[in-house]
Amino acid sequence: MSRIQQRFASLNGKKALVAFYTAGDPDMNASKEIFAVIEKNGADIVEIGVPFSDPLADGPTIQAASHRSLKNGTTLKKIIQLVTDIRKTSELPIILMTSFNPIFVYGQKEFVADAVKAGVDGVIIPDLPPEEAETFLGLAEGLDMVFLLAPTSTPDRVEQIGKISKGFVYYISLTGTTGTKESLSVGLEEKVAEIKKTVSLPVLVGFGISGPEQARQAAKVADGVILGSAIVKLIETNSDSGERDRKLSEFLTSIQTAINP
Amino acid sequence: MKPHKLPDAKGHFGKFGGKYVIETLMPALQELQTLYEEAKEDPKFKEDLAYYLKHYVGRPTSLYFAERLTEHLGGAKIYLKREDLTHTGAHKINNTIGSALLTQRMGKKRVIAETGAGQHGVATATAASLFGLECDVFMGEEDMKRQALNVFRMKLLGANVIPVTSGTRTLKDATSEAIRNWITTVESTHYIIGSVVGPHPYPMIVRDFQKIIGEESRRQLMEMEGRLPDTCVACVGGGSNSMGLFYPFLENEEVGLVGVEAAGLGVDTDKHGASLTKGSAGVLHGMMSYLLHDDDGQVTEAHSISAGLDYPGVGCEHSYLRDSGRATYATITDEEALDGFKLLSSKEGIIPALESAHAIAHVVKLAPKMKKDEIILVCLSGRGDKDVNQVADRMGVSL
Repeated sequence: MSRIQQRFASLNGKKALVAFYTAGDPDMNASKEIFAVIEKNGADIVEIGVPFSDPLADGPTIQAASHRSLKNGTTLKKIIQLVTDIRKTSELPIILMTSFNPIFVYGQKEFVADAVKAGVDGVIIPDLPPEEAETFLGLAEGLDMVFLLAPTSTPDRVEQIGKISKGFVYYISLTGTTGTKESLSVGLEEKVAEIKKTVSLPVLVGFGISGPEQARQAAKVADGVILGSAIVKLIETNSDSGERDRKLSEFLTSIQTAINP
Repeated sequence: MKPHKLPDAKGHFGKFGGKYVIETLMPALQELQTLYEEAKEDPKFKEDLAYYLKHYVGRPTSLYFAERLTEHLGGAKIYLKREDLTHTGAHKINNTIGSALLTQRMGKKRVIAETGAGQHGVATATAASLFGLECDVFMGEEDMKRQALNVFRMKLLGANVIPVTSGTRTLKDATSEAIRNWITTVESTHYIIGSVVGPHPYPMIVRDFQKIIGEESRRQLMEMEGRLPDTCVACVGGGSNSMGLFYPFLENEEVGLVGVEAAGLGVDTDKHGASLTKGSAGVLHGMMSYLLHDDDGQVTEAHSISAGLDYPGVGCEHSYLRDSGRATYATITDEEALDGFKLLSSKEGIIPALESAHAIAHVVKLAPKMKKDEIILVCLSGRGDKDVNQVADRMGVSL
């Protein structure tokens, strides 16, 4: 069983909290500190974002974080090193979320080998749908590849993606890019309920969840929630690390309380 | 030569092409493919398309023997396919009329487009106006400055021009922003991509709407010369006019195909747009193709004097043709393109777009090396009115 699968098995009906942040923003040292804060405040899985020059699925907040991180010289190699360092003291499941091109240029086989060795547990590659993922899946032994479902996904695709995804299925709550929205999409509950009829893996909801109220609503039907842009925004707006860590703790605690009252 | 029947069912041209997009868009791409396959077999669709291409766009465009340019260069006979004579002044309209008809067939009321030089934006705004569709065009802020005339034209045509301020503020970022908008509005909006790029089925659809360039040229040249050309030359940014010219000749192995990329300040500098010449395989904007990117897979900036060639990627079918050796790719610098621009203006009374001037500049090098009874077919993809201010500026002339 992978770390991700073990984590879900140990939840016993509790809802999962997944936290995303962009590696290298504001710098790699901060990325280590932020990980520790997230771990201490009850996250079940951490998604570390790999910055890309042209992040098509991201809204302004994560685009800007990617941009800052790349300016700091962040590379996929350095992020794998970051995971190696984190793994010395943590057993929390880690997923890398990245566009496909950095992996493709790194070399798919080499990436899988280095990532597994560093202690990465899974990957989310938004622009690598099942149709293009065959080669990577063939090489990805030791990594759970999490696939996405969207409000536009047809029943056929829900079934197919439910079968090939590993660890969990990432349900994109809205027809749009990443970023916080004021309210959850209409029909989210029905759609998640429908997906859960055919998909046996845990279904987690992400994209557009901004705070405790939306997290609570989403967790009513889903097996967990993924917070990204809201966390990245907190990191962006708090340049003082003490203040940043305190606000991050408060925020994560409020989400945890909302989804597991 | 074996018949060129690509892409395959999954949208691949060998290892290139494909659908590298987020799940949200996958159903729409499948729908588009199904709808397009039905439309292209539907006599009514074909009839409508032919009607608008003839009466509105002004097709067939002429094939013109550039006698003075031929004499000046002293080698092969040079024929110009005059896409600059289409309504709106560039080949882009061949695709936007077809795509607007597809939009109508889908029952969608809004279209979006990206644009670099503004020609595709103008062509999309024009088709949207013709068919009563709402139209938003994404354009890099830097390009809006370079192509102010086209920005005004789009607005006159009723389109919204949305400035893109991310990244390099050029075609690459306009395309990214258009894709992001499409991810958000996919249920009500059709994205009209301007070149043979993007996820499947776009490279195929755009090629099919542009292949009329090659089909007409072939027929016209047979009438005028009784034979096929020895070499076809066209500029390559994304590569839609070149793909449209090359496609009907792919199976005639005796016809040479040369795509001309932007060398900008030189291919040995970091300021050029020559993805096929200097790039390597990578994934951007939904497809696998040659790409300008660094060792970490981050896309690098392209540069060209011509906004339409200022793009770090290239159509996936060109990548396939490059690797198979069926087409070759040359490069032309900003300076050489400017010389081509001036030469065609003074020798033939035709002011070419700066994009097309790259093709002309390559002909300047190629024609003298060929025999006088050989034939070069060049796609003059657009007219240069939009570039006159920029060229005057470069020449130090204030207007």
